[in-house]
Amino acid sequence: MAHAYQSHAGAHGHSAHGSHDGHHGHDHHDQEEMKTFGFWLFLITDVILFGTLFATFMVLRLNTAGGPTGAELIELPGIIASTFILLTSSFTSGVALLEMNRGNKKGLILWLIITALLGASFIYLEVTEFIHLVHEGATIGTSAYWSAFFTLVGTHGLHVTVGLVWMTALILQLRRRGITPVTKRKVNIISLYWHFLDVVWIFVFTIVYLMGVM
Amino acid sequence: MANHNASSGHGHGHDGHESHGSLKSYVIGFVLSIVLTIIPLVAVMNGMFSKQVTTVLILVMAILQFAVQLLFFMHLREEKKPRYNLISLIFGLVIMVTIVAGSIWIMTYNAVAT
Repeated sequence: MAHAYQSHAGAHGHSAHGSHDGHHGHDHHDQEEMKTFGFWLFLITDVILFGTLFATFMVLRLNTAGGPTGAELIELPGIIASTFILLTSSFTSGVALLEMNRGNKKGLILWLIITALLGASFIYLEVTEFIHLVHEGATIGTSAYWSAFFTLVGTHGLHVTVGLVWMTALILQLRRRGITPVTKRKVNIISLYWHFLDVVWIFVFTIVYLMGVM
Repeated sequence: MANHNASSGHGHGHDGHESHGSLKSYVIGFVLSIVLTIIPLVAVMNGMFSKQVTTVLILVMAILQFAVQLLFFMHLREEKKPRYNLISLIFGLVIMVTIVAGSIWIMTYNAVAT
């Protein structure tokens, strides 16, 4: 029992104890915390990756080479729908975490499935949008604008897709192993990843779509 | 290690453990993120401000949205003392801002005398 408690990443109220106790439990605890921190460092590299893609997009956004512009082809209603879908999925992945902390395995899996379904509908809308754009004559090779557009939006979509595969694998693992210190950490980490993707999408929504149609 | 934090419970019994947020904080975060999405949407669709004002407004809303996600969903507030997560985030953001602002600046003002 205490073991399970120890491995709780980021458990509050530990600061007074610090690592001075130095017994095995704390080593284990620190290691779990280090793994979460390691994932956080991965997210920081993703911040820089997306920052670079945003910079590319901002710099190239006026270079349409006589082809269609974003403002002409963007259909805002679909984008608004996918924005609210992703915001909701960020919330439901948080609810999954609450269920996990309550020790409710069924609730945890249910909310993860809801999150994954919302993520899948986001991807469905994005693929539909891309097909529509290509149909209208805007491919990745059309102009610098569309190259930057598809790279930026596509990289985000790829991240969401990877998150979906990962979440599905995690749901299967949770069904088999239940809530253990290890699966707990994994759920915490994927939830961080999912919130992060929501943040990136907010900036895609603002800079690519809202500023595009202004 | 079983002798500490008797108040916060052990094993599976820690509902309402503050370091993992509560339903209340998630609902507040969710409502805020919805509001922060609707404000720029309305501003852009109605075209109620000048282009410059709208641009600043929607960028500020996006940054606030980022803060909401970090504080209410990613629990940055509740990290314990050596704040490695926060420090690495700030480091990453400094690099990101340098790349983005630097790229825009140099591509805007790079007109060599023609």
